[in-house]
Amino acid sequence: MTRIRFQRSLEDLKENLLVMAGLAEQAIQRAVEAYRVRDLSICDLVSRSEIAINRLEREIDQAALDLLAMEQPMAIDLRFILAVIKINADLERVGDAAKSISDRVRSMEQMAVVELPVDIPRMASMASGMVRKALQSFIEADAEVARSVLSMDDAVDAMNRAAYKALTKVMAEESHIAPQALNALMICRSLERVADHATNISEDVIFWVQGADVRHHKSPTGGRDAHAGR
Amino acid sequence: MGVGIEVTNLNAWYGTNHTLQDINLNIPANHATALIGPSGCGKSTFVRCLNRMHETNPIARVTGLVRIGDLDIYKDAKPVEIRRRVGMVFQRPNPFPTMSIFDNVAAGLKLNGYSNRRSLDEIVERSLKDSALWDEVKDDLKKKSGASLSGGQQQRLCIARALAVDPEVLLMDEPASALDPVSTSKIEDLIFQLKSQYTIVIVTHNMQQAARVAEKTGFFLNGRMVEFDSTHKIFTNPSDKRTEDYITGRFG
Amino acid sequence: MSEQKPRADHKVRARFRAISDGAATGLAVLATLLVVTPLVAIFAYLLYKGASSLSWAFFTQIPKPEGEEGGGMANAIVGSAVLLALASLIGVPVGIGGGIYLAEFGRGTRLANAVRFTADVLNGVPSIVMGISIYALIVYHQRRFSAFSGGVALGVMMIPTVTRTTEEMLLMVPHAVREAALALGVPNWRSVLSITVRTASPGIITGCMLAFARVAGETAPLIFTAFGNSNWSVNLNQPIAALPLQIYIYAISPYDEQHKLAWAGALVLIILIVLAVSLVRFVASRGVLKGAS
Repeated sequence: MTRIRFQRSLEDLKENLLVMAGLAEQAIQRAVEAYRVRDLSICDLVSRSEIAINRLEREIDQAALDLLAMEQPMAIDLRFILAVIKINADLERVGDAAKSISDRVRSMEQMAVVELPVDIPRMASMASGMVRKALQSFIEADAEVARSVLSMDDAVDAMNRAAYKALTKVMAEESHIAPQALNALMICRSLERVADHATNISEDVIFWVQGADVRHHKSPTGGRDAHAGR
Repeated sequence: MGVGIEVTNLNAWYGTNHTLQDINLNIPANHATALIGPSGCGKSTFVRCLNRMHETNPIARVTGLVRIGDLDIYKDAKPVEIRRRVGMVFQRPNPFPTMSIFDNVAAGLKLNGYSNRRSLDEIVERSLKDSALWDEVKDDLKKKSGASLSGGQQQRLCIARALAVDPEVLLMDEPASALDPVSTSKIEDLIFQLKSQYTIVIVTHNMQQAARVAEKTGFFLNGRMVEFDSTHKIFTNPSDKRTEDYITGRFG
Repeated sequence: MSEQKPRADHKVRARFRAISDGAATGLAVLATLLVVTPLVAIFAYLLYKGASSLSWAFFTQIPKPEGEEGGGMANAIVGSAVLLALASLIGVPVGIGGGIYLAEFGRGTRLANAVRFTADVLNGVPSIVMGISIYALIVYHQRRFSAFSGGVALGVMMIPTVTRTTEEMLLMVPHAVREAALALGVPNWRSVLSITVRTASPGIITGCMLAFARVAGETAPLIFTAFGNSNWSVNLNQPIAALPLQIYIYAISPYDEQHKLAWAGALVLIILIVLAVSLVRFVASRGVLKGAS
């Protein structure tokens, strides 16, 4: 086996990306936990991890650029590095979504806690689950696992549409809790975005592993373009 | 204008060494096709079968069909005739050392009996312009010898010499491997321009060069052609694992 | 403490290297002197013994009858020129042709090996044997001595040298140059003549010159063929004078006067050979080596 140094550099790149993925996933979970228990100290944790995520994004981009310039990667190596760069961007935006959610929680601090016809923790766990599965497909370089993520997107889209309907109805009919409903709606939108990023990550994995460009596909149920996150 | 090359079941031997095994491919007209592969894989031998230079070695043998345009080059014509239609540029520039620049370019014509003075002048000028050497040598055509030029210039001189006989196909066996990066770029730009008039086959061990100049690429390994496809496909997503291992440097 | 030892060792080694370098250079110079000395000595001696006998008469008059004073070797000089011209006409084309065959067309064939072997043997034939052979083959049947037979004898002696050097020089032409010609669709014979031979021509010309210089001074083959002539004659069917032959005849004569002429003749012979070789080199370098290394 030749080009040992290069192989190691690729391994390092993969590891750094996984570290970043861990941080992003954790940020989402913390943000939703903060919503559930209305604990502002958890929001602080989310803000701190966002800083770490942004720094890692820059480092990974730089490392990928260096490899492209210095090693003239071809075929699968080239696709891998391209995939890493794209997944890098998606993970950073997952971090941004977590920050948005935590900002919503902060702005709801003074508001009363009310019952709303949405199950945000459930939606969050679905979106999170998609991200985790997408990253699993990346670790294992498994296009089939990646494809299964693509089909999970429809469920999240459906939940988001239902939430939109329910919450707009609340805002119209129960205007005294409209602020809470509005913030909840924005949180749902952030979670839907997270699901989209998970789909993007899966598409990038399929591109890397199979050399197939499956972007901008219509899902089997004719759902929304899964690429809306970009 | 260039013509396509059709190769069917080509086998070649050097003595008992079965250098090429069952090669089948179609080289498109007016395109540049690159042939890559590790040392000793047979790509140079293959190219030399296309202009019947392979048989200048007394222990060489060839079977199979090579059709250039509509001509079966092994049955329908003599080697000398083929080589006037299929030009060749070698790895190390080899201008004729005793001849001036002018005579070098005109050599293919003069040695085949062509002697019309005025059209020789025109042909030499056109060939030197086509090989991007005219401006550098136009004042010294008959005064300087071919061997007094720099390496990159010598190679362009050899290209001009090959073009002067107006071939349909141009074979280039690692034409830039002995040259510095600037000369290499000039040669690559040249190939790009020449593509529209000739069919070019270029053997190279430099994959980035193949990627830069050729529309189609063939990967040779141990005397066989493993994969032949668009350059884009070969270098982004090759079908054969051996191809991928070679181009990503995992070979060996 | 541990540094001192390597440094001293290094100095000793350096001094040894310098001494052996100087010794080698000295030996090389000595060897060169040993080679050059005989040549210089001969030339100086010839100059000493022969220069005084050089005169206009030497170059314009034929030998006087034995015992008389004066005379020259004009006819011998002209005769040698005729003989050498004839010899070159035979030796050069045949030799070059043979060399081309051996290098380009007959490589590895049994015929080529036979030709090469023959050339080597011919090279080793003593010149007197050559003279006797040509006597038997030509002079005997024509029943007369002639310039023609002399020219043939010298020509045949030139052939092996020209053939072998032509072959060597042609083999030195890089394969790449031949391939370039073949790849242009030039037929093999044309490529050999116009490209390979042309590229090797400086070396081939040198080979011809070597052969020429060698036969220019040959005496033994001429004894039984050209025979010598004390009168003016350029008739190919008649005996003809030759400078080396004339020197020999005068050298063994009992007359002092003729001894002096022999010395002069020897000096002139050497000078003419040097001039001829220089002229050919000059012409060759002008014509062929335009700017090429």
